[in-house]
Amino acid sequence: MAEPTHYPELSFESRMDSVEFRIAEQAHIVVDDRICADCSTRGCVVACPANLFVPTAAGGILFNYEQCFECGTCYLVCNEEGAISWSYPEGGHGVVFHRS
Amino acid sequence: MSNVSTAEFGAPDFDAIVVGAGPAGAAAALELARAGRKVCLVERGPFPGSKNMYGGVVYGRILDTLLPNWWEEAPVQRWVTRRQTMILTETAATTLDVRNEAWGRPPYNGATAYRPDFDSWLAQKAVDAGAVLVCSTTVTGLLRKDGLADGPVVGVRTDRPDGDLTAKVVIACDGVNSFLAKEAGLYPEVDPANYTVGVKETIALPREVIDERFGVRGDHGVDIEILGCTGDIPGGGFVYTNTDTVAVGLVLSLPALAKGELRPEQLLARLKAHPAVAPLVEGGDVKEYSAHVIPEAGFDMMPELIGDGILVAGDAAAMCLAAGIWLEGVNFAIGSGAAAGRAAARAVQRNDTSAAGLEGYRSRLESSFVLADHRRLRDAPHLVMGELAQQKMPRIVNGVMEDLFTVTNPDPKPRLRAVVRKQMKRHGVKWRDAVKDGLRAARTFG
Repeated sequence: MAEPTHYPELSFESRMDSVEFRIAEQAHIVVDDRICADCSTRGCVVACPANLFVPTAAGGILFNYEQCFECGTCYLVCNEEGAISWSYPEGGHGVVFHRS
Repeated sequence: MSNVSTAEFGAPDFDAIVVGAGPAGAAAALELARAGRKVCLVERGPFPGSKNMYGGVVYGRILDTLLPNWWEEAPVQRWVTRRQTMILTETAATTLDVRNEAWGRPPYNGATAYRPDFDSWLAQKAVDAGAVLVCSTTVTGLLRKDGLADGPVVGVRTDRPDGDLTAKVVIACDGVNSFLAKEAGLYPEVDPANYTVGVKETIALPREVIDERFGVRGDHGVDIEILGCTGDIPGGGFVYTNTDTVAVGLVLSLPALAKGELRPEQLLARLKAHPAVAPLVEGGDVKEYSAHVIPEAGFDMMPELIGDGILVAGDAAAMCLAAGIWLEGVNFAIGSGAAAGRAAARAVQRNDTSAAGLEGYRSRLESSFVLADHRRLRDAPHLVMGELAQQKMPRIVNGVMEDLFTVTNPDPKPRLRAVVRKQMKRHGVKWRDAVKDGLRAARTFG
């Protein structure tokens, strides 16, 4: 399909700025990137709608839980047992939708 | 959680605990409260609906018996009086466009709504009926009788200090990831192929601009379902109108998305740039981006619905219906939640909340649209997500339309049969395969 011309696409940062996150102190998702280092598929990197999984130069995965939609895509596409420990954030925290 | 010992003395805190205050949980709590049961509705978000998003339309018939005249007060954005099914290739579109003014008058048919508004409204009905709503509280696991790993469920552990809550029955309405149904052993295996992820932008546009672009007036609105807009990835798209925002989104099969090159928002940008879609959605500010996983495979991925002391409803039980021409979820959540609430109330009354005592849930579902539709349409998600429907059919349909409506003077007009044959051949579809899938579709939808 043609790339947009008249209206430039939103930057990823502005896209995520449209969402309210009440960030918990404690991470609700923990990524063991020693396991990720051996993973060749890395579906999480492309599939996570919030783009929270970033490959590092050292061959691991840098993960940030703060702008997580809590959707579950990452653990569902993960091929590596134990790489992603997934739970919901502390009550009252995390993503808060208003117009979805 | 299996080693947690529970209140062994005295009565449980509640007759029932409902986990998740979405439409399934709110309906379950409403029915339990109306039956005079002591019910606690636990929500991890700061308010009901704060974790929820969807692809756009609430079908209200299920509310008629629960909340008569619901349309006079439900927080609706627009009543859907025009719905389209749009089949795209990169440069072409063929659209089935259906209008019905009756859908814009009571008792109405479908409505667009913001889920945080709608879910909060529905949960408040449960509260009004006597349910206790506890927000900002995440359930972290199940409590089992005598702390035995496979003992009957007797409550939940929450992340509040001293946050154990005990009850005679727990209803898991904790959404598509349902950690409670999994912990209860009701999900045999989790196959990512059964799931899609939905992403959506809510875009602000003046009300008059929306009326003009979509050809509607007043509080009438439009819902457009789109096929052929997700590249190599099985899925679909949607555009629908709220009062002063337009929502545009995609639904993407997880395994194919994970294997592909393009990220969800890149695929969404391509849909927004399509010549048939851009004029509808361009120009406004994105007010909210959202994402949520969808249980796409329906009947074939459903967990066990009943265990000792536990029922599963809504997306937690994969009750979302993704059957091509019918894409529904909120109504199935309400239908299953209400059935779970009634069955639980009856079981509590008879003092038997074992799996056998809760069996009424299944018969209620079987005798309603919830399992009747899911059972009949069990093949539909597979058909719609298959290669023929996803990759080939959109090209053949648009190719046939192009050949039919491109005037080729001085050559004479082609025959329809010849055009169809040519397009099928071009896109590598054999009559045998088309007939095979056609028969499957006829068996499912016919």
